[in-house]
Amino acid sequence: MEVYQFLVQNWAETLKLAWQHAWVVAIAVAIAIATGVPIGIWITFNRKAADIVLYLAGIMMTIPSIALFGIMIPILSMIGYGVGVVPAIVALVLYSQLPIIRNTYAAIKNVDPNIIDAGLGMGMTRMQVLFKVQVPMALSVIFAGVRVAVVMSIGIGAIAAYIGAGGLGHYIFMGISQTYDTMIQAGALTVAIMAIVVDYVFGLIENRLVSKGLREG
Amino acid sequence: MSENKEAGTAGRVWMSIGFIFAFAAGAYAEYLGFFTFVKENPEEIWELFLDHCQLVGIASSIAILIGVPMGIFLTRGFMRRYRDMILNILGICQTVPSIAVIAIAMTYVGIGKTPAIIALVIYGLLPIIRNTVAGLANVSSVLLDAGSGMGMTPGQLLFRVEIPNAMYIILTGIRTSVVIGVGTAALSFLVGGGGMGDLIFTGIALVDPGYMMAGAVPTAGLAVFLNWIFGCIEKWIVSPGLVYE
Amino acid sequence: MIELERVTKIYPGSEVPAVDSVNLNIAEGDICILIGSSGCGKTTLMRMMNRLEPITSGFIRIGGESIMDKDVTALRRSIGYAIQQIGLFPHMTVYDNIATVPHLLGWDKKRIDERVDELLNMVQLPPDIFRFRYPRELSGGQAQRIGVTRAMATDPPVMLMDEPFGAIDPINREVLQDEFLKIQEKLKKTIVFVTHDIHEAIKMGDKIALLDAGQLVQYGTPEELLTQPKNRFVKDFVGADRALKRLNLLKVRDAMLTNPTHCHGEDPSETILEHMIENELSYLLVADREDNLKGYVNLEELQGHHGNVRDVVRPMTLTVKPEQNLKDALSKMLSYDLGIVVAMDDDGKIAGVLNSRTLVSVVGETYDERGGHWGRITTKGRII
Repeated sequence: MEVYQFLVQNWAETLKLAWQHAWVVAIAVAIAIATGVPIGIWITFNRKAADIVLYLAGIMMTIPSIALFGIMIPILSMIGYGVGVVPAIVALVLYSQLPIIRNTYAAIKNVDPNIIDAGLGMGMTRMQVLFKVQVPMALSVIFAGVRVAVVMSIGIGAIAAYIGAGGLGHYIFMGISQTYDTMIQAGALTVAIMAIVVDYVFGLIENRLVSKGLREG
Repeated sequence: MSENKEAGTAGRVWMSIGFIFAFAAGAYAEYLGFFTFVKENPEEIWELFLDHCQLVGIASSIAILIGVPMGIFLTRGFMRRYRDMILNILGICQTVPSIAVIAIAMTYVGIGKTPAIIALVIYGLLPIIRNTVAGLANVSSVLLDAGSGMGMTPGQLLFRVEIPNAMYIILTGIRTSVVIGVGTAALSFLVGGGGMGDLIFTGIALVDPGYMMAGAVPTAGLAVFLNWIFGCIEKWIVSPGLVYE
Repeated sequence: MIELERVTKIYPGSEVPAVDSVNLNIAEGDICILIGSSGCGKTTLMRMMNRLEPITSGFIRIGGESIMDKDVTALRRSIGYAIQQIGLFPHMTVYDNIATVPHLLGWDKKRIDERVDELLNMVQLPPDIFRFRYPRELSGGQAQRIGVTRAMATDPPVMLMDEPFGAIDPINREVLQDEFLKIQEKLKKTIVFVTHDIHEAIKMGDKIALLDAGQLVQYGTPEELLTQPKNRFVKDFVGADRALKRLNLLKVRDAMLTNPTHCHGEDPSETILEHMIENELSYLLVADREDNLKGYVNLEELQGHHGNVRDVVRPMTLTVKPEQNLKDALSKMLSYDLGIVVAMDDDGKIAGVLNSRTLVSVVGETYDERGGHWGRITTKGRII
């Protein structure tokens, strides 16, 4: 109840923080898609590169986020962006790579070789098969990777508040330093809701992306 | 032949890149004062590291001891019809950020190790239950039919057929849970639970890269190391008759 | 051995019984085929015999004992069970798979080792190569063999097999069926065998039980089903070509004419020529004194020939065995464009002759003694 009152009283600030949060996540994931999808497609042509890239991305994922922020600060300080939005976005981009690359790779690899054969047999070039057959069929799985990346980024983005990136995590850290429980709960709750809602909405979009011919039932 | 040679060359190139990168990282860490700090405060770092390991160890053990039996329970006959629903709910729970779980735990339990462990257990339970359920549900009904047709009791079926076949997925869940736990345990400093988060958060607050990296590097290393160890355990425990990509 | 009395199965929430009051008596050492289209209740009926499906009403007795009186796991361990999807445990080696039930029964290791080797040898998979393979390292046919072997591990007197060869390609299926029949000839197990393939049923079954909508329509030998279908449904099920299917059941011995007319190598050509013209024969079989087949002579070559038949005898290009089934014999005759073929037993003696006319009449169940272009076939034995 107190949380509700807190949020009502501070609705303007809450909205601002939520907007900030969403913005950081959106930019990071957009960059991650722009890099991850082409990498994912590229490595389907090169088994060795696939192993290396997926391995590195996997290692990346195991590094705790707060540790990554910590390591990032001194490196980015050299170009003058030690704290704030920039290290947050860089970290989120790095984390988002794995689910996006992995899903792109798996989805494109998973397309039935017979279908690719049929495409080539009809006189499509390799690129046409890739973009007219494989990518459309893989779209929903690629998007599922994006969905995982977004939800994860919302969570990590909350921690990024500690290095001055703003967002809803701000309430949590402020609350902790001021031992103000209601504020902590407000921050935790709004972040959780944001993650759940975004996950749900992206889930709906994911289902719509499945080509009608591929949908079950 | 030429292919082999090429692979050899490629391997050497990667190796040298790796060395150069490691050297650069080392030199940079030296420049930031990482090594100086480590040399000056080995005991403090070691103590916090053990503290961190203890948090992860206790929380993960509890999570495994609760999560695996719970996952088994949820897949037994009478619960089977709720399985999809339960998996969905667990999926939703897993989207809640770790920091939110820790923060909320603190507001209810107060500060110290207890809220940290409670939060770690709750957060670590989800992947374990989820994977145990998914792994057991994944076991082909043909195997169950063959097993009971040959006269296995439900218990024998569970321990001789279901669990060995689900083992890979269950272990992956435990691995995910433990690795996430290492990262989440770093946050437990915020609720007074100690651990390597102490060095990281304080280092960031003091703008002291050496101090901060003394926490960040071992934490990252621990996560990568545990991930690797679990990979080995998987290879050791899971039957070679089962192959996974 | 297995007695079913008014066995009925009604699934909860369903009005129509899946198995409707079935009475069945399966004799010891018989392969009883349960056949019918999908959903006819054949699998359900089989699964009730080891209580994988609870019985709604009726009684099943195995070896005189009601299966309901036995402990359910003990019952299942005492019955071999093989299924179409094979269901080999992928995490276990071939050895562990076969040893599953012996292990459950607590056999000692030495006994299990011996049994596994014995069984692998029986299905012609060398133990040293296959013992420690995993199912994923087996071909479909090998996996299927192991599946059947696993069901036989403790040498159970009764086996339940649900389309055990269903997932195998037709050529390998034939091989496995033959192999299995050979093994069964020795072991004489009582087998309940579910299939939807009428060819398999005719080939494998001592008895066939045809089911439709949960009811037993006809129960009898394959021969009975083919020659005396009880009603239109059975007739349609066994197929319009049921006459041809009988060829699978019959042996050359059943259709051949025994003691065919033949001559000896030492016989003078003139006498034989005379005899052939008299009887309108264009060919004649030649044998030696012990009735060993030497070949045949034809009319044109005998004309104007002086001396013994031996000098103009031609070797026989194709013979069949009395034990061969008629289908194989017919297909040989068709592919060599022969109207007649000699059946020769293992030691080279003439057993009889098979001609296309008699074949047709056997299939059509009316016998006729006229031959093809060999002219009239007589069975008076040796001439002169």
